[in-house]
Amino acid sequence: MRALGYSLVGLGSALMLLAGVGVLRLPDTFARLQAGTKAASLGLACIFAGTVLLLPSVSSAVKLTLAVLFQFGTAPVAAHVIGRAAYWAGAPMWHGTVDELGRPDPDPTRTLP
Amino acid sequence: MSFLDVALVILALAFLAALVRVAKGPTIADRAAGADVCLFCVVAALAVLSVELDEPAFLAGVLVATLLGFIATISLARLVGRRRP
Repeated sequence: MRALGYSLVGLGSALMLLAGVGVLRLPDTFARLQAGTKAASLGLACIFAGTVLLLPSVSSAVKLTLAVLFQFGTAPVAAHVIGRAAYWAGAPMWHGTVDELGRPDPDPTRTLP
Repeated sequence: MSFLDVALVILALAFLAALVRVAKGPTIADRAAGADVCLFCVVAALAVLSVELDEPAFLAGVLVATLLGFIATISLARLVGRRRP
Protein backbone atom coordinates (compact mmCIF):
# COMPACT_ATOMS: atom_id res chain seq x y z
CA MET A 1 0.00 0.00 0.00
CA ARG A 2 2.79 2.42 0.90
CA ALA A 3 4.73 1.50 -2.24
CA LEU A 4 1.65 2.24 -4.36
CA GLY A 5 1.20 5.55 -2.54
CA TYR A 6 4.81 6.56 -3.08
CA SER A 7 4.68 5.66 -6.77
CA LEU A 8 1.45 7.65 -7.22
CA VAL A 9 3.08 10.68 -5.56
CA GLY A 10 6.14 10.29 -7.81
CA LEU A 11 4.02 9.96 -10.95
CA GLY A 12 1.97 12.99 -9.95
CA SER A 13 5.00 15.18 -9.33
CA ALA A 14 6.47 14.11 -12.69
CA LEU A 15 3.19 15.17 -14.34
CA MET A 16 3.31 18.51 -12.52
CA LEU A 17 6.85 19.04 -13.82
CA LEU A 18 5.53 18.21 -17.31
CA ALA A 19 2.84 20.88 -16.84
CA GLY A 20 5.42 23.44 -15.75
CA VAL A 21 7.71 22.70 -18.68
CA GLY A 22 4.73 22.78 -21.05
CA VAL A 23 3.60 26.16 -19.77
CA LEU A 24 7.15 27.42 -20.17
CA ARG A 25 8.01 25.94 -23.57
CA LEU A 26 4.88 25.67 -25.75
CA PRO A 27 4.55 28.22 -28.54
CA ASP A 28 1.25 30.08 -27.99
CA THR A 29 -1.27 30.99 -25.30
CA PHE A 30 -3.79 28.26 -26.09
CA ALA A 31 -1.21 25.44 -26.12
CA ARG A 32 0.14 26.71 -22.79
CA LEU A 33 -3.39 26.76 -21.35
CA GLN A 34 -4.08 23.14 -22.29
CA ALA A 35 -0.72 21.97 -20.93
CA GLY A 36 -1.26 23.77 -17.66
CA THR A 37 -4.81 22.45 -17.29
CA LYS A 38 -4.69 18.81 -18.34
CA ALA A 39 -1.27 17.73 -17.09
CA ALA A 40 -1.64 19.64 -13.82
CA SER A 41 -5.13 18.21 -13.15
CA LEU A 42 -3.95 14.64 -13.68
CA GLY A 43 -0.85 15.31 -11.59
CA LEU A 44 -2.94 16.72 -8.73
CA ALA A 45 -5.29 13.71 -8.89
CA CYS A 46 -2.34 11.28 -8.74
CA ILE A 47 -0.73 13.15 -5.83
CA PHE A 48 -4.01 13.28 -3.90
CA ALA A 49 -4.61 9.55 -4.47
CA GLY A 50 -1.10 8.82 -3.19
CA THR A 51 -1.73 11.08 -0.19
CA VAL A 52 -4.88 9.14 0.69
CA LEU A 53 -2.96 5.87 0.50
CA LEU A 54 -0.14 7.24 2.69
CA LEU A 55 -2.43 8.92 5.27
CA PRO A 56 -5.27 6.40 5.45
CA SER A 57 -8.23 7.93 7.30
CA VAL A 58 -11.83 8.65 6.44
CA SER A 59 -11.55 12.43 6.84
CA SER A 60 -8.51 12.75 4.57
CA ALA A 61 -10.16 10.49 1.97
CA VAL A 62 -13.32 12.65 1.99
CA LYS A 63 -11.39 15.94 1.78
CA LEU A 64 -9.11 14.82 -1.03
CA THR A 65 -11.93 13.20 -3.02
CA LEU A 66 -13.84 16.48 -2.80
CA ALA A 67 -10.70 18.36 -3.86
CA VAL A 68 -10.23 16.10 -6.91
CA LEU A 69 -13.90 16.49 -7.87
CA PHE A 70 -13.68 20.29 -7.60
CA GLN A 71 -10.43 20.26 -9.55
CA PHE A 72 -11.85 18.18 -12.40
CA GLY A 73 -15.00 20.32 -12.43
CA THR A 74 -13.40 23.75 -12.30
CA ALA A 75 -10.06 23.49 -14.15
CA PRO A 76 -11.62 22.97 -17.65
CA VAL A 77 -14.08 25.81 -17.00
CA ALA A 78 -11.31 28.16 -15.90
CA ALA A 79 -9.11 27.29 -18.88
CA HIS A 80 -12.06 27.72 -21.24
CA VAL A 81 -12.89 31.14 -19.80
CA ILE A 82 -9.28 32.32 -20.07
CA GLY A 83 -8.89 30.91 -23.58
CA ARG A 84 -12.11 32.55 -24.74
CA ALA A 85 -11.09 35.92 -23.30
CA ALA A 86 -7.63 35.58 -24.85
CA TYR A 87 -9.15 34.73 -28.24
CA TRP A 88 -11.43 37.74 -28.26
CA ALA A 89 -8.62 39.96 -26.96
CA GLY A 90 -6.62 38.91 -30.03
CA ALA A 91 -3.89 36.74 -28.57
CA PRO A 92 -1.37 35.67 -31.24
CA MET A 93 -1.54 32.06 -32.42
CA TRP A 94 1.13 29.63 -33.53
CA HIS A 95 1.62 29.90 -37.30
CA GLY A 96 0.24 26.41 -38.01
CA THR A 97 -3.11 27.10 -36.32
CA VAL A 98 -6.31 26.93 -38.38
CA ASP A 99 -8.75 29.49 -36.94
CA GLU A 100 -12.15 27.95 -37.67
CA LEU A 101 -14.04 31.01 -36.45
CA GLY A 102 -12.23 33.01 -39.09
CA ARG A 103 -10.98 35.91 -37.05
CA PRO A 104 -9.02 38.18 -39.38
CA ASP A 105 -5.30 37.93 -38.74
CA PRO A 106 -4.15 41.30 -37.36
CA ASP A 107 -0.61 40.85 -38.70
CA PRO A 108 -0.18 38.03 -41.26
CA THR A 109 3.57 38.53 -41.45
CA ARG A 110 4.42 37.81 -37.84
CA THR A 111 5.67 34.37 -36.84
CA LEU A 112 5.90 32.79 -33.45
CA PRO A 113 8.91 30.62 -32.57
CA MET B 1 16.66 12.70 1.89
CA SER B 2 13.50 10.70 1.56
CA PHE B 3 11.42 10.03 -1.53
CA LEU B 4 8.92 12.70 -0.53
CA ASP B 5 11.73 15.27 -0.46
CA VAL B 6 12.53 14.36 -4.06
CA ALA B 7 8.87 14.86 -4.97
CA LEU B 8 8.92 18.27 -3.26
CA VAL B 9 12.04 19.28 -5.23
CA ILE B 10 10.35 18.23 -8.50
CA LEU B 11 7.29 20.29 -7.55
CA ALA B 12 9.55 23.27 -6.82
CA LEU B 13 11.10 22.93 -10.29
CA ALA B 14 7.63 22.91 -11.86
CA PHE B 15 6.74 26.00 -9.79
CA LEU B 16 9.89 27.78 -11.04
CA ALA B 17 9.12 26.92 -14.68
CA ALA B 18 5.59 28.32 -14.35
CA LEU B 19 6.96 31.37 -12.52
CA VAL B 20 9.28 32.10 -15.45
CA ARG B 21 6.21 32.04 -17.70
CA VAL B 22 4.43 34.48 -15.35
CA ALA B 23 7.43 36.81 -15.58
CA LYS B 24 7.89 36.49 -19.36
CA GLY B 25 4.35 35.90 -20.66
CA PRO B 26 3.57 38.30 -23.48
CA THR B 27 -0.18 38.48 -22.72
CA ILE B 28 -2.18 38.51 -19.49
CA ALA B 29 -3.67 35.12 -20.44
CA ASP B 30 -0.17 33.59 -20.41
CA ARG B 31 0.43 35.02 -16.98
CA ALA B 32 -2.92 33.64 -15.80
CA ALA B 33 -2.03 30.15 -17.10
CA GLY B 34 1.35 30.32 -15.37
CA ALA B 35 -0.18 31.52 -12.11
CA ASP B 36 -2.70 28.66 -12.30
CA VAL B 37 0.09 26.08 -12.57
CA CYS B 38 1.97 27.84 -9.73
CA LEU B 39 -1.07 27.47 -7.49
CA PHE B 40 -1.49 23.80 -8.44
CA CYS B 41 2.15 23.20 -7.51
CA VAL B 42 1.64 24.82 -4.11
CA VAL B 43 -1.49 22.72 -3.49
CA ALA B 44 0.33 19.51 -4.46
CA ALA B 45 3.29 20.44 -2.25
CA LEU B 46 0.87 21.03 0.64
CA ALA B 47 -0.54 17.50 0.19
CA VAL B 48 2.95 15.95 0.03
CA LEU B 49 4.02 17.98 3.07
CA SER B 50 1.03 16.73 5.06
CA VAL B 51 2.24 13.18 4.40
CA GLU B 52 5.81 14.02 5.30
CA LEU B 53 4.96 15.79 8.57
CA ASP B 54 2.11 13.32 9.33
CA GLU B 55 -0.26 16.24 9.76
CA PRO B 56 -3.70 15.58 8.19
CA ALA B 57 -4.90 19.07 9.16
CA PHE B 58 -3.14 20.50 6.09
CA LEU B 59 -5.66 18.71 3.85
CA ALA B 60 -8.36 21.26 4.72
CA GLY B 61 -5.99 23.88 3.30
CA VAL B 62 -5.70 21.81 0.13
CA LEU B 63 -9.49 21.81 -0.28
CA VAL B 64 -9.79 25.57 0.34
CA ALA B 65 -6.92 26.42 -2.03
CA THR B 66 -8.51 24.34 -4.82
CA LEU B 67 -11.74 26.31 -4.51
CA LEU B 68 -10.09 29.73 -4.18
CA GLY B 69 -7.86 29.03 -7.19
CA PHE B 70 -10.93 28.71 -9.41
CA ILE B 71 -12.27 32.09 -8.27
CA ALA B 72 -8.85 33.70 -8.77
CA THR B 73 -8.61 32.34 -12.30
CA ILE B 74 -12.10 33.56 -13.22
CA SER B 75 -11.28 37.05 -11.99
CA LEU B 76 -8.02 37.01 -14.00
CA ALA B 77 -10.06 36.03 -17.06
CA ARG B 78 -12.20 39.14 -16.60
CA LEU B 79 -8.95 41.12 -16.56
CA VAL B 80 -7.89 39.47 -19.84
CA GLY B 81 -11.18 40.32 -21.50
CA ARG B 82 -11.11 43.98 -20.49
CA ARG B 83 -7.85 44.75 -22.32
CA ARG B 84 -8.69 45.47 -25.95
CA PRO B 85 -5.77 45.78 -28.37
